[in-house]
Amino acid sequence: MTRLRGIGVAAVNYPTGMNLGGDPSQALIHATTSGSFVVSLSSTDLGQGLRTVIGQIAAETLGVPYEEIVVDLGDTDEGPHCMGTFASRATHRVGNAVMAAAREAREAILDVAAEELEASPDDLETDGEGGLRVRGVPDRSVRIADIAALAQFKYGRTISGRGSYMKPKSPVDPETGAMDPDSTEAHACTVAEVEVDTETGQVAVLSIRSAYEIGRMVNPALVRSQIEGGAWMGMSHALYETTAPYYPSMDHRPRDFSEYLMPGPLELAEVVESVVLEIPSSNGPYGVKGIGEMTANSPIPAIVNAVYHATGVRIDDLPITPEKILRGLDALAAAPGEPER
Amino acid sequence: MTTTGLHVVGRSVERSDRLGHVTGRTRYTADRTFPGMLHLKMVRSPAHHARVRGIDLAEAERVPGFVRAFTAADVPHNRYTILSLIGVEPEDELVLAEERVRFQGEAIVAIVAETEAAALEAVSKVRLDLEELPAVFDVEEALRPGAPIVTDWGTNTFMYEGHPCRRVRLGDVEAAFASADHIVEAVYRSSPIEHAPTETTGCIAVPEPDGRVSVYTNTQALYFSLDNTAIILQVPGNRLHFIGGTVGGGFGGKVDVIVEPIATLAAMRTGRPVRFVYSRAEEMLVSSTRSAWRIAIKDGVMADGRIVARQVTSYADSGAYSRQTPYALTKHAANAAGPYTIPNVAIDAYCVYTNRQPTSAMRGFGVTMASFAVEVQMDRVAERVGLDPWTVRFINAYHEGDLRPHRKRAEDVTLIETMQAAATLVGHELPAELRAMTSAPRPDGDGGPAR
Amino acid sequence: MTATIVAFRLGDRDVEVMVRPLATLQSVLREQLGYTATKEGCRQGGCGSCTVLVDGEPMASCLLPVEDVAGHRVATLETLTPPEGLSPIQEAFVDAHAFQCGYCTPGMIAVATALLDRDPVPTDAAIAEALAGNLCRCTGYRPILDAVRLAATRRAGGREDGR
Repeated sequence: MTRLRGIGVAAVNYPTGMNLGGDPSQALIHATTSGSFVVSLSSTDLGQGLRTVIGQIAAETLGVPYEEIVVDLGDTDEGPHCMGTFASRATHRVGNAVMAAAREAREAILDVAAEELEASPDDLETDGEGGLRVRGVPDRSVRIADIAALAQFKYGRTISGRGSYMKPKSPVDPETGAMDPDSTEAHACTVAEVEVDTETGQVAVLSIRSAYEIGRMVNPALVRSQIEGGAWMGMSHALYETTAPYYPSMDHRPRDFSEYLMPGPLELAEVVESVVLEIPSSNGPYGVKGIGEMTANSPIPAIVNAVYHATGVRIDDLPITPEKILRGLDALAAAPGEPER
Repeated sequence: MTTTGLHVVGRSVERSDRLGHVTGRTRYTADRTFPGMLHLKMVRSPAHHARVRGIDLAEAERVPGFVRAFTAADVPHNRYTILSLIGVEPEDELVLAEERVRFQGEAIVAIVAETEAAALEAVSKVRLDLEELPAVFDVEEALRPGAPIVTDWGTNTFMYEGHPCRRVRLGDVEAAFASADHIVEAVYRSSPIEHAPTETTGCIAVPEPDGRVSVYTNTQALYFSLDNTAIILQVPGNRLHFIGGTVGGGFGGKVDVIVEPIATLAAMRTGRPVRFVYSRAEEMLVSSTRSAWRIAIKDGVMADGRIVARQVTSYADSGAYSRQTPYALTKHAANAAGPYTIPNVAIDAYCVYTNRQPTSAMRGFGVTMASFAVEVQMDRVAERVGLDPWTVRFINAYHEGDLRPHRKRAEDVTLIETMQAAATLVGHELPAELRAMTSAPRPDGDGGPAR
Repeated sequence: MTATIVAFRLGDRDVEVMVRPLATLQSVLREQLGYTATKEGCRQGGCGSCTVLVDGEPMASCLLPVEDVAGHRVATLETLTPPEGLSPIQEAFVDAHAFQCGYCTPGMIAVATALLDRDPVPTDAAIAEALAGNLCRCTGYRPILDAVRLAATRRAGGREDGR
């Protein structure tokens, strides 16, 4: 029995947005009299934390603390149209719509504050902590919460905003495929290390180390969550998952989790490590690109390449299984030194 | 204030849903219950491909607790419209089968009953008269002459404006192959993958006193689901109120609008709330999966490692119906040559129908398996020309402003910087010339590969 | 089919339910008692989302006839949550970012509770073993293992309450 180690690399791009565009999202924001802001959406949170990042984008643009934002999503009566959460579009498109709505609401705040403080709106600044003041004159200041109440009860005005974001739908040339499919590109590069047991054919993933470039991290902890979960899902795709173990045969299709195999806590890669670069996109909110889908993508070929490096067995047919490794090792032993096609 | 000048963006603020998730108070779709709620279970085809000669409900109707059965004739517009809503035709899938079923598990009769047990018992007592037809299960087999035809339009491929595949053409791959120093070719295959969210697909449709219907659903796309449901039920959209937004894992598997239309119809016709939640077996065997792919790549490569031509022929097994897969082949075609600048590219991306479980969106839709194929291919290229895997990627990496195969100028390009960061992370020392590279636009601006 | 009455202790309450034979504890908790923290993921014992504690031991409630808990103590995430605030294990899950969609979390916390009650300073291997029957599709598991380790570290010397 031998354990062979190998290293593999893979580098990928991932496009942001529903392919070809034409996928609008809209947002509404209004202030309550207590100075909190409600963001109304019909968008959905799949667990990636969209509620949270939208709250952060709204807070940043309005110039108020994060704690003052209420994100109310998931209701078609209360939230305007949103195409949905898929294609790594949500933070980018919903975020842009929320930014636009927040800018409009912020202008309304500044207009009321300008009257109250007898200044021009252009001379006002927010401190990010719920305060608003005349630039350079710290004692001419007011709480945004108070502006919200004043707007309603003294000035009879609303503090609200509307926002929409849509990348116009691109045509596709049927002959050349000429098209404008996406808003921006995120990138990833993964280096995977594996150890292959030549007696059992099992592959242990020693490390998945990646660099990501995603424009802007709105919430670094949530980004790391995507990276960790994606590394696991990529490893799972590469080494375990299939609904058709003997495609095209219709036999042995899994009905439950005893048959549909995925790695558990005892089969994790020993190390999952990452570094995240932020090179702002030209059109995402605060330069966001998006990360939701791509994190499973580069680990897959990195692991496949690492298995080849370790064993000389090139497996081009996912998932890699112990059976395929053992057959590959047998074939190598039978015909050593045959050049790769 | 941070160095970015931002106060909130860029901070790891606590998730707003943390309390609900960690106390179990977060309400997911199936956690809700309503007085008088009925349960919907589906009679599904046991055959892979068959003509439906008859449906006998007599025994099922006698099951205590049986309330109602729905067949195709009960559905006002018995076609799923998910693709037509994004401008892709034709609508090929029915809500409930009519004269033919095309995959094992296809929905034929919806049974609504007072309890889940009664619904399941009634389902088991529905007698189907099916005449089995020849079936095809392999994506390339389905393209051969004489293969059983799965679609209504005579071929087993989706038609892209007169072509049986999505095409990308840049330059002249044949001429480039002829003058290349090496030809590197291989075929890459992947398996269908199940989303396997911990929470299965489901919804509860609840008639409201004002005549509207509230639909509580774990769909990833509320308005998309509402619009489709309105068309299928032939009611104005404002009669429907879709509520959700808290999904127990999606991964692309909850965008097919597969439970809401029939549950809403049943709620409207019975006047009672109707719950339709997939069992795990339905989630595994019936709900969409990621397509199986077969991707053939042929590269023309120069001795110095530049890829001068890349020809990609891809087949995605859409299963018995389109769902979102025709859209995926277009997205695939835009990414199938990888993040590299190659002056001659030909891509033919086929959406192929078989009598398998229909496939649809899944995390990385159209791109995940393109990346797999391309990145294993890059290692093959490296080995052939005697370069290490990093160098061959740097040499061919795209730059800002380069012409992509689909003729868009590349924007927000940072592949080189990302690879440099990965090398640093793992302690791999890149040669000086690779460390010095950037994604900056090429000086000659013609989008050609680096020398 | 005759209904029977089953009495058991749920957290700090005594409950009595009328059930049809072989009704599962999962269905009784979720549908009759309104305790929906315990989730339904597969109803085949394969995913762990339905895990509850019976006399402190993790059990798949989807496979457990409710008659089997007659006279026993059942704990769910509802009963493991203090009236105000969070338990140390819950806080550790928050601090370690140990959930995304949250659907597997009730089962994970039940198993973690049983583990730390039995083995207050578990090894990493013991933590992974204990959680091996609970499926998570979102996090990649590592954050959950980290949360349990963190909870163990913080609980050292303290007693868990709320059962």
